[in-house]
Amino acid sequence: MELFEARNVNKVFASTQALTDVSISVKEQSIFGLLGPNGAGKTTLIRIINQITAPDSGEIFLNGRKMNRTDISHIGYLPEERGLYKKMKIGEQAIYLAQLKGMSYRDASNNLKKWFEKFDIMPWWNKKVEELSKGMQQKVQFITTVVHQPKLLIFDEPFSGFDPINANLLKKEILNLKAEGATIIFSTHNMGSVEELCDHIALINKSKKIEDGPTDEIRMKYKTNIFDIKYRGEFREIDLALGNDYKIISHDESDKANTLKVQYMNGKSNNELLSSIMPAAEILAFEELIPSMNDVFIKAVEESNKN
Amino acid sequence: MNNTLLILKQEYLKRVKKKSFIILTILMPFLIAGVYGLVIYFSIKDDTEERTIAVYDATNLFLGEFSEEGTTNYHFIPKNEYETLKTNLKGSGYYGLLFIPSDIYSNNQAQLFSEKQLPFELTEQIERKLSRFIENDKRQKVIEESGIPDLEERLSKTRTSVNLSTLKVSQSGETKKSSSVVAFIASYAMGLLIYFFVFMYGAMVMRSVMEEKKSRIIEVIISSVKPSQLMAGKIIGTALVGLTQVAIWLVLGGIGLVVVQSLFFTPETAQQMGQSIMESQGQMNPAAMQAAQPNQVKEVMEMIGNLNLPLILFAFVFYFLAGYLLYSALLGAVGAAVDNDEDSQQMVFPVTFPLILSIMLLFPIAKNPEGPLAFWCSIIPFTSPVAMMARVPYEIPVWELLLSMGLLVLTTIVCIMAAAKIYRIGLLMYGKKVNIKELIKWLRYKG
Repeated sequence: MELFEARNVNKVFASTQALTDVSISVKEQSIFGLLGPNGAGKTTLIRIINQITAPDSGEIFLNGRKMNRTDISHIGYLPEERGLYKKMKIGEQAIYLAQLKGMSYRDASNNLKKWFEKFDIMPWWNKKVEELSKGMQQKVQFITTVVHQPKLLIFDEPFSGFDPINANLLKKEILNLKAEGATIIFSTHNMGSVEELCDHIALINKSKKIEDGPTDEIRMKYKTNIFDIKYRGEFREIDLALGNDYKIISHDESDKANTLKVQYMNGKSNNELLSSIMPAAEILAFEELIPSMNDVFIKAVEESNKN
Repeated sequence: MNNTLLILKQEYLKRVKKKSFIILTILMPFLIAGVYGLVIYFSIKDDTEERTIAVYDATNLFLGEFSEEGTTNYHFIPKNEYETLKTNLKGSGYYGLLFIPSDIYSNNQAQLFSEKQLPFELTEQIERKLSRFIENDKRQKVIEESGIPDLEERLSKTRTSVNLSTLKVSQSGETKKSSSVVAFIASYAMGLLIYFFVFMYGAMVMRSVMEEKKSRIIEVIISSVKPSQLMAGKIIGTALVGLTQVAIWLVLGGIGLVVVQSLFFTPETAQQMGQSIMESQGQMNPAAMQAAQPNQVKEVMEMIGNLNLPLILFAFVFYFLAGYLLYSALLGAVGAAVDNDEDSQQMVFPVTFPLILSIMLLFPIAKNPEGPLAFWCSIIPFTSPVAMMARVPYEIPVWELLLSMGLLVLTTIVCIMAAAKIYRIGLLMYGKKVNIKELIKWLRYKG
């Protein structure tokens, strides 16, 4: 079931094309990674989802209905460039922001106190923002994004400004929110966290969507048929057995167990590779190398830039 | 709760709770009262310094004519003492040295030596004493020469001071006493008041917008509320702060007035004061003594009463609100368009120029409220809040007032719509140097 959908969205700013015919659909209770180099158009798309800017053409849907202004109370948005009122006490400020999202004063106050306890910042409730460290401000910001229990959460670079411990805490909370039923759109340049968190990704480059699919499938799509093989035996034998259909990228015989990196050309399969080696040596391990999101990102963007 | 209301409440409470607001609001009336009090105190305070002026009279006519006045004594000295004092005034114990030359009757010149800057009252006192003596003396001689016995009496009867009371004929043919002085003061004060409020609170809106943009909280806010709601809440909230301030001042002023009246203005003291005022006037200008009428205060009150107060009050509230809305919308748009203080200063000037112009023209407008300058300034919407307010106490034609108000309302609506557009685009625009040309381009953007 799709919670959110954007269909053929176009947006032009003055003379720059920010989005060209971009469509995405986000399944309910999933984490959707919105990736792309700087200036690709991610922030514009996110602002369109938040109804901050209107698309020139194209439509957006929430829960199968065309989205309108009142739907923004069901969205929680953590922008990349974020800030708080410096002179305001954080408790008061968080309540105000929650009220703007449609919560009553009492609900806002109760929910916020729970979150403040959870993030260990309750003692700062009556402090002004300017007295807080950057990390603490980020925590407050995260809380104000999620406190009104929105159906759709949009995080733009949520981990920036967090130390590794707090980044982990945040990751855990994001997964928690998903488990509790939230749907999350997640934009970041931190590819490690994409692999860890995202069920589905879309890659945008120069205003166009160039890749879209479940994270695993996309990574598989970019695999280059390279295998790590551990074996016992003579490298020379293997080299002979493999012949010209295979390319040996590296081999190492210094260890107790010899290792080998090998790539097969198109038209061959994993099993054919395995059966070609088996007569020549004893196989200890046989593992296909799946490219990291980082590699996928670089490769996809470079290819798209060539065209 | 409605979002606009929430923002309004937030803006209002934030400002009203600020220490600077509380201090300014409470202290301002005391400050103004204090300043006026000091001015009045020093101007009516008895000069307590004991002074003795040495007088060398070369004519030998004035001996005995220089009586002690206030705290100033006169001591006549012979010529040889004068010669030594002239070069050794310091340490002599004399405050000053007056030299009356023998040719004073023909030259009207005397000299006063002193090592200090002499107070104005002292020179005025000496001049008056000398002039009056010589005048009387000369007059006496003329009377004697003429041989008419009661000439002095008859001459004094010729002293005349005409008081012009201006009467305004209304359309119904009624005549009312009006005073152009009272109307002038009223119109000048209103123009100034409108100017200060529009400027002060308009700038407040601008700073508030800039703060949100600079702290980057703006993106979170406008993902919750419409920019137009944010702007409306901000502008109305700030206007309420202004009205609160005025209300507090009115209450404090009322209390102050009652207290001052009951403390100092018992009927006897009022009478005494009236007398002393008349006396001092009489001293400076003997003719005025006869002209001064005890019911002058009553007359001024009557003139204030004859101003069309309900109209003035209505016009004041109208031009205050419309002028504030117009300028705060424009300044809010400026705040959204720029992202540093330097740029904002550059942009604020062209936007507020008409307002500054109207305050510069306030004096000529209030002086000649029926002239073409006054007319055009009070019709053109950007200057009309100040200019028209300066004309209203003079009872201007109704059609002019209606035209001015109508144009102002129209312009305000158009400007708010344009400002809302600039506001929405500007809020998320960073690092771009914005000028008027760029802003006009934004107005053509869609979506």
